[in-house]
Amino acid sequence: MSAILTKLLLVTPDWVRSLTGERQPNVFWAEYVVWPLIQIVIVLFVILTLVAYLVYLERKVSAFMQARLGPMRVGPWGLLQPAADGLKLLLKEDIIPLKADKTVFVIAPIISVVAALVVLSVIPWGAAWATIANVNIGLLFVLAVSSVSVLGLVLAGWSSNSKYSLLGALRSSAQMVSYEIAMGLSIIGALMFARTLSMSGIVEAQQSDGIWYAFFQPAGFLLYMISALGETNRAPFDLPEAESELVAGYHTEYSGFRWALFFMAEYAAMIVTASVAVTLFLGGWSFPGLSLIQDRTIFVLVSIVVFAAKVFALIYAYMWFRWTWPRYRYDQLMELGWKWMIPAGLANIVLTGVWYVLALPESAGGLFGFMQAAPGQIDGRLVPTTAGKLYFVVTGFIISIPIMWVLLATINRRSRDFNLQEQRQLQMQLRRERLEKSASAQEADGTP
Amino acid sequence: MEKALFIIIAVIAVAAALNVLIQRNPLYSALSLIGTMAALSVLYVMLRAQFIAAVQIVVYAGAILVLFIFVIMLLNAPKQQLQIDKQKGLRYLAIPLAGLLLAEAFYVVWRVQDIAMPVVKEGEEAVGTTWSVGVALFTHYLLPFQVAGVLLLMALIGAVVLARREGDK
Amino acid sequence: MPALLQAATDFQTIARQAGQLIMPEAILTLFACAALILDVMLPRNRKRVVAWVCLAGIGASLVSLGILYFNISSREAARTGFFDMIIIDNYAVVFKLMFLIGAALSILLSIKYLDTEGEQRGEYYALILFSVTGMMFMASGVDLLTLFISLELMAISVYILVGFLKRDQRSNEAAMKYFLLGAFSSGVLLYGISLVYGLTGTTNLAKIAAALPTVASANYNLLGTPADMRYLVLLSMILMAAGMFFKVAAVPFHMWAPDAYEGAPTSITAFMSVAVKAASFAMFGRLFLYGLPDLRGALEGDPANNIAGLPGWALLLGIVAAITMVWGNLAALIQNNTKRLLAYSSISHAGFTLLGLIAGNQTGYTAFIIYLFIYTLMNLGVFGCIIALRRRGIAGDRMEDFNGLVRKAPWLTVMMTIFLLSLGGIPPTAGFVGKLYLFMGLIETGNPWLVRLAILAVLMSAVSLYYYIRFIRAMYIEPESEPQPLSLSRPLQTALAVAVLLVMLIGVYPQPLIRLTQKAATSQGLKTYVYEEKPAATDSTDQPGAVPLPPTPPRR
Repeated sequence: MSAILTKLLLVTPDWVRSLTGERQPNVFWAEYVVWPLIQIVIVLFVILTLVAYLVYLERKVSAFMQARLGPMRVGPWGLLQPAADGLKLLLKEDIIPLKADKTVFVIAPIISVVAALVVLSVIPWGAAWATIANVNIGLLFVLAVSSVSVLGLVLAGWSSNSKYSLLGALRSSAQMVSYEIAMGLSIIGALMFARTLSMSGIVEAQQSDGIWYAFFQPAGFLLYMISALGETNRAPFDLPEAESELVAGYHTEYSGFRWALFFMAEYAAMIVTASVAVTLFLGGWSFPGLSLIQDRTIFVLVSIVVFAAKVFALIYAYMWFRWTWPRYRYDQLMELGWKWMIPAGLANIVLTGVWYVLALPESAGGLFGFMQAAPGQIDGRLVPTTAGKLYFVVTGFIISIPIMWVLLATINRRSRDFNLQEQRQLQMQLRRERLEKSASAQEADGTP
Repeated sequence: MEKALFIIIAVIAVAAALNVLIQRNPLYSALSLIGTMAALSVLYVMLRAQFIAAVQIVVYAGAILVLFIFVIMLLNAPKQQLQIDKQKGLRYLAIPLAGLLLAEAFYVVWRVQDIAMPVVKEGEEAVGTTWSVGVALFTHYLLPFQVAGVLLLMALIGAVVLARREGDK
Repeated sequence: MPALLQAATDFQTIARQAGQLIMPEAILTLFACAALILDVMLPRNRKRVVAWVCLAGIGASLVSLGILYFNISSREAARTGFFDMIIIDNYAVVFKLMFLIGAALSILLSIKYLDTEGEQRGEYYALILFSVTGMMFMASGVDLLTLFISLELMAISVYILVGFLKRDQRSNEAAMKYFLLGAFSSGVLLYGISLVYGLTGTTNLAKIAAALPTVASANYNLLGTPADMRYLVLLSMILMAAGMFFKVAAVPFHMWAPDAYEGAPTSITAFMSVAVKAASFAMFGRLFLYGLPDLRGALEGDPANNIAGLPGWALLLGIVAAITMVWGNLAALIQNNTKRLLAYSSISHAGFTLLGLIAGNQTGYTAFIIYLFIYTLMNLGVFGCIIALRRRGIAGDRMEDFNGLVRKAPWLTVMMTIFLLSLGGIPPTAGFVGKLYLFMGLIETGNPWLVRLAILAVLMSAVSLYYYIRFIRAMYIEPESEPQPLSLSRPLQTALAVAVLLVMLIGVYPQPLIRLTQKAATSQGLKTYVYEEKPAATDSTDQPGAVPLPPTPPRR
């Protein structure tokens, strides 16, 4: 893999090296500076355009779901609408509220958008050179940077000096911090199979296992998708910007291009979470039959298309959810996050671990021997046999999910007791009983 | 190249750390602290300890400082001078002590130059990768790791016990 | 691949060890978690079931500890595990037994007390179990990392327990003070630990003990440069000792104790004063006798001085023990709150216990362990009697609350008298055996300073009788000041009966306990120091720069 990558890197940017004007090709600059810069520019350009068109798509999808047409005026079928919107936002007045904390007010959207865009660098958009950076902690990097993105929201809400913004920021930070945990837990099951944190490594692991990890990890996939909705503040978890309560949440006071930055960050985060889901659970850029393509360049290009198609399918699902589900109430959101998703994530880790260890060959302390060594695996990763695949799919779908369901139902059985209102009522009742008892005791004392 | 990068990052880290102290607004201090943490994380990457770098960001920038900022926001720290200024006398104690510490640090750096330090060779297994951290935690340090887990569980329960609202009692 | 296989075999070794070596702790943790879940599921008026579950957990843990004990005594050797993170030797087993007994009795005392306070909640018992888990790892840890984390596990759960009565201002204050000072002392301890780690490059106590004589020599070869690290070694030793003095409440660092003892729920005061103290002493002994044996230094008139030209911990501990005994006993004389009084008494007992470590011979170590064991029983008994006085509207922690107790509850009075006499060290009780061994250990050394220390201890023991007698006077002579009858619950009575029986039994027939503790005191790695055999070497080794003597081989 790395050999191909090096070759491609050295072949493709040949003209780059000629630019440096040296007879000896300056491999360092070509490989580590110029070529990544080109990749970055391309990815940023594509993604930012994509973000603009996602807004268009969102409007179209919502329109179709409500039997409307959506934007139709600017260009054919309204296709130039994003450009017009962008221009409008650029030309709008940039208002900074008088009582706002100006420094933080300016920094906040930048943090938001940087956190969203930096992550794009580790996502494997396609095979070989279509991956900008194959970092060996790719997935951890994604989680780390997306955990920073909370800061942008919180600071925006605080610096605006407006109650709507502050409430929106508080809600969003609490929500993102809670759902981050569930998100982190949901991916561990898949990582047990992949045994690497490198994003490309995860895709390759799914190729050599010959299956998408969504089939091994249906519960993990479900949890990931739900918590990704929470992380990106999308409906039905769009509490931070609930229009009916908070005007627009943390960016109420923003206007013009700063507001556009938040918008961009939100849509870029959508692309990122969808890409991570595709990489981790849906096989990344790989697809059955893709390896039949002989020509390397076409292969890579097709792999990019496959990746994009999967990402778009997920993003379409996001939009679909938005227009079909009502918004959660805040306590419901927290209850779902802490009482259902996090325990489910933990249970999924334990169950997956048990299934995995049972499937190991006996020499490695297992029982069934559904895993075998395969050539070309890093650090002696074992690959499931056909029976093993069947076993993992069966355990994942038919055994794990019912067990988790029963477990969650059991621990949340007395969930009502934690409900504050119920709790208060219970204590009132107890107090009344106690008072009655002492009253009757006094009576008994008084009249012997 | 690596040296240049190191110097840039180190300057950023130190400048941000100084800013933490200089700023009067606690929120700005917290923001500068994030800058320091990010710079430190880059330094970890340069030491080939990628896992620790990522954890540094997740734990400090992502969790602890969000919490700090949360608290600062909710307490709505007043803009006026903080209590510290009431104890001006301590300053005359603090400055010489800080100077002493600085001198000590410089002395150590100066002495260390003479001593041949062990150098990590290129391609050698680094200590901060996911693999090495995982293996160390689950073999050699398994017991302290598990006890720390119990400790955290206990602390969590304790926090709930002490913070839970008691209803009408 | 080889790395993976290597890791896999390691894991299998660990898994096999885990089943055997940490079974008592694992059982406790599991029962604590079960208690937490049970607490959520039980209705409000049946929470005391959790207490019985926790007692069952302690019982199960005791059984597995017994199995472990027979395992190691049949092999006649200590077992280390988890890559030398813990050691299971007699020393560890005896201390673990002590913690379990202390915790079981504390839980028995708590059930009624929490009912009276209206704070009957399952987390209380779970936290006690968690804290005992920490203590047990403290007794068996031989790695600074394990020791420190277990210390924190114990300490943090006790901070929470001290503040458990949330509606009581005093409890809140006590928890806050205890937490702040405790956290500070942990910091001091950690500073010492980090220095030791920096100096020796290891956190394993055995390796530290092996490395220290080299590091502490006058011209240590530091990365090719000669350097004198002795004062740094000394500093780290002092910092570690200071941290431990905080935990055991020895005098310069005792300020938290009276406030924390007074404000805490009485059942937790009892638990703190015995189990936490014993655990801290267990760790103290491990750190100093196992990790820093060669830093003992020499008192005037001693032969073996292992770091030339420096005083060691024997001197430090000796001074601290002396002022602790004096200050604790004198301050106790003027107290009127019984919990505060017992806090000072417990400070002075910490001073007595330190004597065992200072003696440095086998009798001393035996005394160290036996004294803690006996102290656990008798102090729990005294606090149990104070808890018995707690009833609706009466705090029970004033001296006047004891007035005329003999007419209200004769049996309770008799038991209280026995516990008090035992604390004072009067012959037919267990306390006498403990003190006797302590003084014997000191006198056996033959060192004039240690003998003088023993004489001081005897004097202070006599002083302590004054305030113990105050209780007895109040109970027997003073007229009844409070007509309200006592309400003794069955668990409380059981706990008191067990404690009083054990105190009397040990006082009359101490041989089994002495045999057990003697075994613990001769555990592998606990270094003993010999005095009389080489008196001639005294003067030469006191000179700075002299060649350090080879460490005396431990007596088996």
